[in-house]
Amino acid sequence: MAELTTRTAAPAPVVVEPRTISLGRARAAAPLRREGPAKLTGAAKYADDLVVPGAWYGATIRSTDAHARFVKLDLDPAFDWSSVVVVSAADIPGENIVSSIKADQPILVPLGGEIMHHAEPLALLAAPDRATLRAARRAVKVLAAPLEPVFDPRDSDHVFAAYEIAAGDPEAAFAAADLVFEGEYRVGHQEQLYIENNAMIAVPGEDGGVTVTGSLQCPYYVHSALKLGLGLDDRGARVVQAETGGGFGGKEEYPSLVALHAALLAGKAGRPVRMIYDRHEDIAATTKRHPAIVRHRTGVTHDGRLIAQEIDVVMDGGAYCTLTPVVLSRGALHAGGPYRCPNVRIRAKATRTNTPPNGAFRGFGAPQVEFAAETQLNRIAEALGLSPLDIRRRNVYRVGDTTPTGQILRESVAAEEVLERAAEAAEFERLRARHDSARERRAGSGTVPGSPLRTGHERIASGVGLALGWHGAGFTGSGEVKLGSVASLELTAEGAIRILTASTEMGQGTRTVLPQLVAEALAVPIESIELAAQDTAYVPDSGPTVASRTTMVVGGLLIKAARRLREAVEEATGGPFAATYGVFARTHGALRIDQRFEPYPDISFDDETYRGDAYPAFSWAACVARVDVELDTGEVHVLDVVAADDSGRVIHPVLAEGQVEGGTLQAVGYATIEEIKLHDGRYLNDRLATYIIPTALDAPRITTILVEAPFSGAPHGAKGVGELPMDVGAPAVVAAIADATGAWITDLPASPERILAAITGAPGVAPLPPGASERAAGAGRTEPAR
Amino acid sequence: MTAYRFTANGTPVEVDVPGMRRLLDVLREELALTGTKEGCGEGECGACTVLLDGAPVDSCLVPVCQVAGATVLTVEGLATAPTRHGGPEGLDELQSAFLLTGGAQCGICTPGMLMAGRAYLDGGGGPDDLAIREAIAGNLCRCTGYTKIVEAIAMAATRRGGSIQ
Repeated sequence: MAELTTRTAAPAPVVVEPRTISLGRARAAAPLRREGPAKLTGAAKYADDLVVPGAWYGATIRSTDAHARFVKLDLDPAFDWSSVVVVSAADIPGENIVSSIKADQPILVPLGGEIMHHAEPLALLAAPDRATLRAARRAVKVLAAPLEPVFDPRDSDHVFAAYEIAAGDPEAAFAAADLVFEGEYRVGHQEQLYIENNAMIAVPGEDGGVTVTGSLQCPYYVHSALKLGLGLDDRGARVVQAETGGGFGGKEEYPSLVALHAALLAGKAGRPVRMIYDRHEDIAATTKRHPAIVRHRTGVTHDGRLIAQEIDVVMDGGAYCTLTPVVLSRGALHAGGPYRCPNVRIRAKATRTNTPPNGAFRGFGAPQVEFAAETQLNRIAEALGLSPLDIRRRNVYRVGDTTPTGQILRESVAAEEVLERAAEAAEFERLRARHDSARERRAGSGTVPGSPLRTGHERIASGVGLALGWHGAGFTGSGEVKLGSVASLELTAEGAIRILTASTEMGQGTRTVLPQLVAEALAVPIESIELAAQDTAYVPDSGPTVASRTTMVVGGLLIKAARRLREAVEEATGGPFAATYGVFARTHGALRIDQRFEPYPDISFDDETYRGDAYPAFSWAACVARVDVELDTGEVHVLDVVAADDSGRVIHPVLAEGQVEGGTLQAVGYATIEEIKLHDGRYLNDRLATYIIPTALDAPRITTILVEAPFSGAPHGAKGVGELPMDVGAPAVVAAIADATGAWITDLPASPERILAAITGAPGVAPLPPGASERAAGAGRTEPAR
Repeated sequence: MTAYRFTANGTPVEVDVPGMRRLLDVLREELALTGTKEGCGEGECGACTVLLDGAPVDSCLVPVCQVAGATVLTVEGLATAPTRHGGPEGLDELQSAFLLTGGAQCGICTPGMLMAGRAYLDGGGGPDDLAIREAIAGNLCRCTGYTKIVEAIAMAATRRGGSIQ
């Protein structure tokens, strides 16, 4: 384990401006959030805060069927349409396609076209004021002829993507195994629930182009979508990020659609149009985490070594492809968990159903499969009479181990360290021993009918659970090489140092970390580093702000650019950069460095065979959760969580902790309360009153341990942190529930109904499986849009 | 339409709007105080929290007719309100604590959180974890896991108590 913490292979530690915090936990000094004062005084401008003179208000007419033929858009002739703009598919100047991996999703369903999901966009309206807009919406009727929908992803014959990963000889290994365990795990939709809803404002240009400003993660995804859908060139389409109130993947692909709609209305109206979703529309229509059904068959030895894994993953892609193939790919690659196993077969497929499209959400396919893998392993440990800690010690990846794709883990492998650090800090073994005796004491002593665990003395059972996870850092496979992203650094003629990237701030700290890294590389104060706005008219395509890649990849590009800039200036002036760059700028004029991504040395992946280095490095996380379960109600209180996370060199401890704490709570919500219920393919709980996320009182006390196993392929040693904590929280909570009650919850969320069903042995109490849609007789109605 | 008079961030204002117009819309669209955010429009998320005569309310649920004659404090008024101690960058002690601890991430819940925290501190709340969590339980945050928000309010409570220099 010593090599995990050694720093000799990495560059010198990042030195930042010392700031001391007089209260709170001790931590390293770090610069304050750059846009913090603006956010704290109300000065920061989110899309809906922008005043655009003369702007109209836009709205989307959506389907109320899950699957139907779009027959007619009926505009009430009694309504005064003179001050309303209506846009249908026929008004689309470019291709009626939302640019993405596959060209399957229309911007608007054309008349006669196939409606593929509930809440699918059919037409658009804009009006000068909200009252007229509301009245116009009521004057629109949608006529549609219902078609038979498909809701179960296992029944669908339309496959978006399928992968198979194989290593060794699983069949021979199963035959030789001492014991074989099988398990099925199911997870449902999860809503990103950024607190700022989707929002875009489109302003038409005099030259036929359009500028769209809004809430988004990926300016160049929106840019591509505008070019394709509106038939514009690079300059005609301009995308500007407004302050963005959270994304979590939910503003990765969907904003392209919102921007297209706003731009179409603006084009036809000849004036700016605001397309601001309310919460109901945002939950009803936008992407969710993919539901998944994961089956495990695991061969082990008596002493708990994994010798064979067979894993089948089925993901529900929803009605259109979106980013599903990439989500599924990450899911397949992470499905076995961070464990050595010589004989593996992983089969993963994602299919189409008539539900709203699923897409990116923090973790991107990994949380689903890691919940399954960790719960399976915990159940095996229980069956073998092993501690969850010990079974992991026997199997966990160490340096030199090989993954199922044949990737040799050469460095930066901190799985064992995060495991030990979390278990030790949480006193995992001591608590577990205490709960074991409590469970034995309670067993069979239930005094309340239907609640075998409830005794006159004990209404609450306590448990502790452990999970370990891994998360591939940055894009999967050759994604980064194919993208070839560019980040730029400019010394202006006026002597300003300016960062130019498309990497967006959405709360995670881009606007603080990137200047911090550049300031360090140039040895200048962070205050001297400017950051250009995320505006496609000015910044290069440094790739999407996703996949926990910004600090690692874009930060790395900027450090390289800064080193080149520093070298050029120091060579010309003969003095240190900090003292001479002003003089250099005055005498030589501006100097801009464009730094393009170069492949990591000795890292390669074959997308066809799924062999090779799936990721340049992995981040590692362990989570120990402590819960109380109310035995009468099945209610779970997650009391505290210890999270140990390795994301390589920690650049900014406060922001890194913030990522771990926030991701952990999203995982706790996923584990316990967050669930989308469906009826005929429609989300039933499409409001914040009914889709519940944790409050401050629901949230556990979270202790974060930042472990640093630097990655030598990045100049600053950083790997990704954003998604990592999302992978381990849910299996840790479910293991804690099992520790408390003896019952394993295999479907998420572990709601009171599911827990009661499990501990009373009455499956009838349990609700529908996660992600499943209730069906009504006569499903597929024709009714007016709301 | 009727003219409604109230005090916003210490300044007397008069707005001529329908009485059932949401206070949230009046603040944002009539008074250009866009620091107050809308997250759900139905009183679940608390992003639109303002102080109405010192008490935290969801401004999306308050019709402006109920505000006549009252005093409204929004995030824009925090640092300039009387009796506040100045902090770095023109922030009051609570805003300053949020900045130092990392209590604001994406920032969209932040104005509402600050107002709930302000009401808690003004009510004499101390640096007690559970009491702070109860005070902000009506304000949803999806970024932070609440840890650093609680820490920020505790820091401000402690500083105000005079135990921190």
